[in-house]
Amino acid sequence: MGLLSKKDANLILDPLADNNPITIQVLGICSALAITAELKASIVMAVSVMFVLGIGNVVISLMRNIIPSKIRIIVQLVVVAALVIIVDQVLKAFAYELSKTLSVFVGLIITNCIIMGRFEAFALANGPWRSFLDGIGNSFGYGLILIIVGFFRELLGSGTLLGFKVLGDPIGSPETGPTGLYALGYENNGFMLLSPMALIVVGIIIWVQRSRNKALIEEN
Amino acid sequence: MGLKNTLHNLKEKYKGKKMAPAFNAIHTFLYLPNETTHSGSHVRAADDLKRTMNTVIMALIPVLIFGMFNAGYQHYSAINGFPADFSLLNDFLTWDNFLVGLTTVLPLVIVSYVIGLAVEFIFAVIKGHEVEEGYLVTGMLVPLIVPIDTPLWMLAIAVIFGVVIGKEVFGGTGMNILNPALTIRAFLFFAYPTWMSGDKVWVHEAVERAGTADAISGETILGQLAQNTDASYSISDMFFGFIPGSVGETSTFLILLGGLFLIFTKIASWRIMLSAVIGALTMGLIFNGVVSADWISEGSKFYGLMSFEFWQHLLVGGLAFGIVYMATDPVTGSQTNKGKWYYGFFIGFISVLIRVFNPAYPEGVFLAILLMNVFAPTIDHYVVQSNVKKRLKRSNKATA
Repeated sequence: MGLLSKKDANLILDPLADNNPITIQVLGICSALAITAELKASIVMAVSVMFVLGIGNVVISLMRNIIPSKIRIIVQLVVVAALVIIVDQVLKAFAYELSKTLSVFVGLIITNCIIMGRFEAFALANGPWRSFLDGIGNSFGYGLILIIVGFFRELLGSGTLLGFKVLGDPIGSPETGPTGLYALGYENNGFMLLSPMALIVVGIIIWVQRSRNKALIEEN
Repeated sequence: MGLKNTLHNLKEKYKGKKMAPAFNAIHTFLYLPNETTHSGSHVRAADDLKRTMNTVIMALIPVLIFGMFNAGYQHYSAINGFPADFSLLNDFLTWDNFLVGLTTVLPLVIVSYVIGLAVEFIFAVIKGHEVEEGYLVTGMLVPLIVPIDTPLWMLAIAVIFGVVIGKEVFGGTGMNILNPALTIRAFLFFAYPTWMSGDKVWVHEAVERAGTADAISGETILGQLAQNTDASYSISDMFFGFIPGSVGETSTFLILLGGLFLIFTKIASWRIMLSAVIGALTMGLIFNGVVSADWISEGSKFYGLMSFEFWQHLLVGGLAFGIVYMATDPVTGSQTNKGKWYYGFFIGFISVLIRVFNPAYPEGVFLAILLMNVFAPTIDHYVVQSNVKKRLKRSNKATA
């Protein structure tokens, strides 16, 4: 890592695994449950959050010395809201169908705990470059989990990935009937499309992660 | 004694190694262990966990056998029409009927046990604890509460899910919040609803024959009622179980015998069973009252189920089976005697409530029991707290 010092690199790498916003800090769960039924939506959500958190962290970090601490939450909200509106408008302009799938959850990025959490915990106390790295790192960690969950939910729930029928066609043409795995009698798991299953998938990720890294297990 | 010695030697050889729990389990399952407790105080009791489990399995065997005969009976009746003058020996207890049941139900039993025990063994080896007997009953309950033609791979996935997520993540047998068998059933219901509901899944081969000239179907009584048609089975058919349904749930008579056996052997709580029956009857009476007060028109989609005689709710669907074999699970149910009354009552009450109002699937026993499983610790907490408060008051009065 010639580009980044070791300390800076850790800002990006830590949130990917050992300090992951979703699996370790348990933040941003609502959106992880709500929009991960499709991989595409997960990816778009991850990119949106990365945009908002990356830029938001820089903006807050630049203003950190002039924000009166009594009204800092309001200021932070204004910054997030402005960025989220930009994301929302871009999605509506260029990916209307997708923005309908994501519906209210784009707007709800404002209330995503990860964003306010990083503003409060990091951007208010660090310079813009480090804040930017922190924002990118955390949204990477968030996006990674979203994409893993979205991958399994779409694959097992709908039998597709990004809309492609990777497991074969459940209906198929009238002559051949179902193709691929479906010809063998496989069926999609409808439970995967329901939100509780997203919680269980996140839970399994947390389980696997903690059993691999014993340092993460809390003492009680 | 060759096998016993081999197992014992294997056990000694692998003592302290990773695979030890697996050999221990096979050994103690087949034979009495060689070890005896030699220090500390201990109680000699015959009813260990394994024997408790075996008693429940014994209570389930008649239901299983009946389910096999009924599978064939429903299958042939759907094809040839129900026999005009039914005789138990000539029409029901026939070799043909049993053969259909054997070839459809036995694979379910085998898959359930093989997959479930494999998961248990793997977890025991990973975690380094002994294999627990908890799956013995679950493995027998699972094939009894699924439709007859459930694809085996679906059952296998559901069993893995139920045992891992329903039980092992909480720490294994005795630590689970939800009844594993019902977790498996709920998983199947939400994951593959087309295989779990409708009028095609309850009779063997009905799914394959759908859309062909040989199409057969067998709507359950609850399914008929949900469509506002009258049940086409007599009360005695319902009671003795000559009706379509999941494999083991149909015969209220045999379930009743099994329940009495469990109460007599003090394995299951009569408080839970009785209060659940009272709860179901209460809810049934409320619905009957709504109908007789003319608060609901005959055109309403709930009319069929709401006007169903309140006591007949006990005879159809999985209510009786759930109350006797599932609600009484000592791990997931309430522990306090007073709590058991509340716990059971709400199971019956909510079962009938869901059964009537569930738009997609006119049955709710498994959902009601899972819901009350979640609330059982809360109920116990308040029962204990109220007792603490009562005794505190009494002692304060005595000292004052």
